[in-house]
Amino acid sequence: MSRNPDRPLSPHLTIWRWGPGMVVSILHRITGSGLSVAGLAVLTWWLWALADGPDAYQDFARHAQSWYGLVVLVGLTWAFWQHLLSGIRHLVMDIGAGYELRTNKFFANLTLVGALFLTALTWYLIMGVNQ
Amino acid sequence: MSAQDSSTPLGRVRALGSAQHGGGHWIRERLTSAALLLLGIWLVASLVLLPALDHKTVGDWLKSASGAVPMALFVITAFVHAIDGLKVVVDDYVHDAGNNAFLNGLILFAGIGGAALALFSLAKVAFGGAA
Repeated sequence: MSRNPDRPLSPHLTIWRWGPGMVVSILHRITGSGLSVAGLAVLTWWLWALADGPDAYQDFARHAQSWYGLVVLVGLTWAFWQHLLSGIRHLVMDIGAGYELRTNKFFANLTLVGALFLTALTWYLIMGVNQ
Repeated sequence: MSAQDSSTPLGRVRALGSAQHGGGHWIRERLTSAALLLLGIWLVASLVLLPALDHKTVGDWLKSASGAVPMALFVITAFVHAIDGLKVVVDDYVHDAGNNAFLNGLILFAGIGGAALALFSLAKVAFGGAA
């Protein structure tokens, strides 16, 4: 694709007032990319460590239970739920529904609140089971 | 389009138009997302419901067909969805043809490599290697 860089771009990102739809849209990409790279790397490491034996698994568990491990795992849990809820929203929009301004804004906000709630619930249950 | 380009609009469209297989990519991204909706919730629910997440408990779980088969499905589907999703992000932001091809190639290689590693590990656990 060739473009003359001397020509001005029409303003886009800088002139819009940020709304829930824009936030959720870009979060869908960020969480999707994060899950694809970090999420699948952790999943693969976990399965590899499990296959390699108790020592390797212990090594994985030690990192997973450290403060930085928990930051990554809680972050991935949130990314998972945010991407899942936002993904459902996209599937609904793909069939042509949910574009009315109020509806669109409501469901965009719902994915944000829902993802935080489900992340908290997931970790509450994991901690409860492991104690 | 450069000033030297004397082709007709029809000629340009014929050379630069759709490659005719974007639709398949779009549909596969949605189908894998629907599958991951079920498989992802299954994975998180399983991790939450397992009595512990130590080497033996997780190993026994993935030795059973009810653990290993959905996990294999999750690994395959998640890597396919990740490759498809990252391609959309790269195609949207990386316009230089060389960089675009390099990144998409890297994503494809890393994705298939990661999937092979994860599936090998899972098989080793499931078929009772070094557990």
